[in-house]
Amino acid sequence: MELTINGSRHPVEVEPDTPLLWVLRDTLGMTGTKYGCGLSQCGACTVLADGHPIRSCVTPVESVAGAEIMTIEAVTDDPVGQKVVAAWVDHQVPQCGYCQSGQVLSATALLKQNAHPTDADIATAMVNLCRCGTYTAITAAVRQAAETA
Amino acid sequence: MTDQSPLGSGPPGRQKAGHRNAGHRDGSILKLSRRGFLGASAGALVLGVALPGRGPAQAQEAEEPAIEPGTRVSAFLEIRPDGSVLFRTPFIEGGQGVFTALPQVVGEELDVDPAHFTVECAPPGPDYLLFDGIRFTGGSMSVRRSYDRMRTLGASARHMLLQAAATRLDVPFAELSTEPGRVVHAASGRSLAYGDVAEAAASLPLPDPADLTLRARADFRWIGASVSRLDIPDKATGKAQFAIDLSLDDMLHGAVQHAPRLRMEPGAIANEAQVRDMPGVHSIHRLPGAVGVLADSWWRAHRAAETLQIDWTEAEPGADHAMPADFSSEERTATLSAAPGEGIAFEANGDVRAALDSAATVVEATYTAPYLAHAQLEPPSALVRWNDDGTLEMWVPNQAPEMFQGAAAKAAGIAPEKVIIHSPMLGGFFGRHFIYDTANPFPQAIPMAKAAGRPVKLIWSREQEFLRDAVRPLGVARFRAGLDENGLPVALDAVAVGEGPMGRWFGRKPDTADSSAVEGLSGKPYAIPNRRVAHLPIDDPAIIGFWRSVGHSMNDFFSETFLDEMADAGGQDPYALRLRLLEDNARLTTLLKAVAELSGGWKRGPFTADDGRRRARGVAMASPFGSEVATIAEVSIADGRVRVHDVWVAIDPGRIVNPAIIEAQVTGAVAIGLSATLLEEVVYKDGVPQARNYDGYPILPPDQMPTVHVRIVESGAPMGGIGEPGVPGVPPSVANAVAALTGRRVRSLPLSRTRFEGAA
Repeated sequence: MELTINGSRHPVEVEPDTPLLWVLRDTLGMTGTKYGCGLSQCGACTVLADGHPIRSCVTPVESVAGAEIMTIEAVTDDPVGQKVVAAWVDHQVPQCGYCQSGQVLSATALLKQNAHPTDADIATAMVNLCRCGTYTAITAAVRQAAETA
Repeated sequence: MTDQSPLGSGPPGRQKAGHRNAGHRDGSILKLSRRGFLGASAGALVLGVALPGRGPAQAQEAEEPAIEPGTRVSAFLEIRPDGSVLFRTPFIEGGQGVFTALPQVVGEELDVDPAHFTVECAPPGPDYLLFDGIRFTGGSMSVRRSYDRMRTLGASARHMLLQAAATRLDVPFAELSTEPGRVVHAASGRSLAYGDVAEAAASLPLPDPADLTLRARADFRWIGASVSRLDIPDKATGKAQFAIDLSLDDMLHGAVQHAPRLRMEPGAIANEAQVRDMPGVHSIHRLPGAVGVLADSWWRAHRAAETLQIDWTEAEPGADHAMPADFSSEERTATLSAAPGEGIAFEANGDVRAALDSAATVVEATYTAPYLAHAQLEPPSALVRWNDDGTLEMWVPNQAPEMFQGAAAKAAGIAPEKVIIHSPMLGGFFGRHFIYDTANPFPQAIPMAKAAGRPVKLIWSREQEFLRDAVRPLGVARFRAGLDENGLPVALDAVAVGEGPMGRWFGRKPDTADSSAVEGLSGKPYAIPNRRVAHLPIDDPAIIGFWRSVGHSMNDFFSETFLDEMADAGGQDPYALRLRLLEDNARLTTLLKAVAELSGGWKRGPFTADDGRRRARGVAMASPFGSEVATIAEVSIADGRVRVHDVWVAIDPGRIVNPAIIEAQVTGAVAIGLSATLLEEVVYKDGVPQARNYDGYPILPPDQMPTVHVRIVESGAPMGGIGEPGVPGVPPSVANAVAALTGRRVRSLPLSRTRFEGAA
């Protein structure tokens, strides 16, 4: 099986139903994508597949074999991702930071699909959990990134 | 107000001795030069991950003079040739901002912009035992209890750099000054970068503290400023590494299946051979209360561990905290509520009994709060390697390196100085990463790594974590209050029933109350002439732990909500009553008025908001961890559920270091406090916690986050804590608002248990 991740091709030999998360983390050593719940509850494992946010902890790797996968490792290679990261820094969003890879990629996916989201659009897209309670800063950062996008 | 115990609410250590192994060989002071750091870098190259170095503790010998913690510059600071500073902090970063706040404090006196600091958590060692001979990150203590020593440390290092520069430039010491990162000789116009004199400075003795002049507050550039957090860029780009992200050459991945109830032990495994043949599986390990699987990836180890069909045998008679098969949180609540006795007094003023007997009105109520899970997003893990020299090296999320070193030594059967502890940043902690025996993965990883002869990274799945987390205790408080004929409180009797985490882990003397069981009932500032606060200890069958704001997380809910009940019974407005009971306390009067002003003036309601819905507000005060906090919440009811719109918090931590971090911490504290108020409870049935993931244990989602307004009041009082104090005021302010809106006084959490049908 071959995966396309951040523009590079990676041959992988794993059981086809292995969650993408663990292929990224253990097989390919890309640990920016986090394990939180394994059950699509928290969103810490969010990556983009063909621009759409997916929960990699419940995504069988075979189902994204033909997709363009983008992970947090490449977020600043993307012009929208750059703006999101800049807004995250401006608003000093992260606390512990563990959920933030998924938050940043969720915001990047939103702004790639919808350059000028309403607050309702932001609320619909930004549903990942944050135990530190950075939600308000996340919303403010997404708004800023949208304004500069 | 001060802490309820001399140690506050973080745990004291259990090992005051046993660390005499540290101390620099030649007794000189700034010995590190760059050796330690370069050594760490070389190690990192070998390992392929960025890891903290072994640090001074492992390189030292026994017969050294006693070390005064927090004084030896070399143990903390390393100034590199490029002028950047490596700072080994005693405390770990887990979101609370300590990796930025302490560089602000040290940098202020060292005269280096905090932005030029690189920060890592210091290894075990006597230099870092800043809390009366122990160290931990907790109790909201890091900054307030190291502030003076860290300033002096920065000033000492600056003094040594000045001395080295005086020699180099051949000018009198007194003619030199500094500007950020440079020593300046104004008379000749010459200057030297810190990096150019750091090595020479390193060979100088520590200056006499009497020779040091600290900066005047008026001249502070970084202390008191909203300096950007040093860890944010890496956390916004996925580069920050947590324990779970680290790996070692030749490492095996580990997963476990825990016994459903604590102290059950693994018996026969029906499908052991089949599981051993699953892809990638290396070995299966019987462990105390668990079976572990090692494999070539975590997913394979996890799937194998979940597949195991284990015959769990009942606990051995007398096993410590064996979980009974019939235990339930519901029954525990009933037991505590009905337990007879007045408890052991913790605070007593006046004659409560007589005052109650003669009171015009007596108010009574019993309150309950559930077990809570930490639910930090990073699951616990342990990366463990047995080295060829007989040392054991561990990378573990932890809030107390020396305590983990001691516990790991015990688990491994080796001396503590043979255990090397690395402390990566924490993906949330909230009290999760203390030593809790059965709630820590490393005692499982150590024997598995030994048996396999290879490094092991053990990660607990979310389900296994929910099964073994050390939960916030379930608690009950019983109140009786007496009011006079004017409706004013004259007597208050409060009894906390249950067990506190301090007593559990550090011992409670017989006939002594546990401060962590009563804090938040005790330490209240109101002028009520006859008061008694007591603890009725009843041991908890569950494994209990410290949870953000510890006893305050429930007790301020109990006491501040009951205060509103007293106000209602006496026909008093709850805000006006608090002001009256605080009229002799200028600091708290100012604070209470500040939160009212922040919210646009006190109004209880119910009132009709701009959206046409009925709303009301509640107020609460708390005195946790050396800080003072006043909170107002505004709520409405939608579909029978409580909706919290705004929370206003005025916090007086005395003095501050970074207002932006304080605002972020208070906002986050409101989130977790509201999560506990509205949603969270660990329910035990048949001895087993029912929820194993966030689907069964919801935590506050983004769409329930209120708007949080924070005002910092810097009264100049001794510095208080920041990480926890925002939590305790949230549950009572919300519950008081709900009572004002609905007329229903809810005395148990979470509020999601109650449907407010037809209300408002």
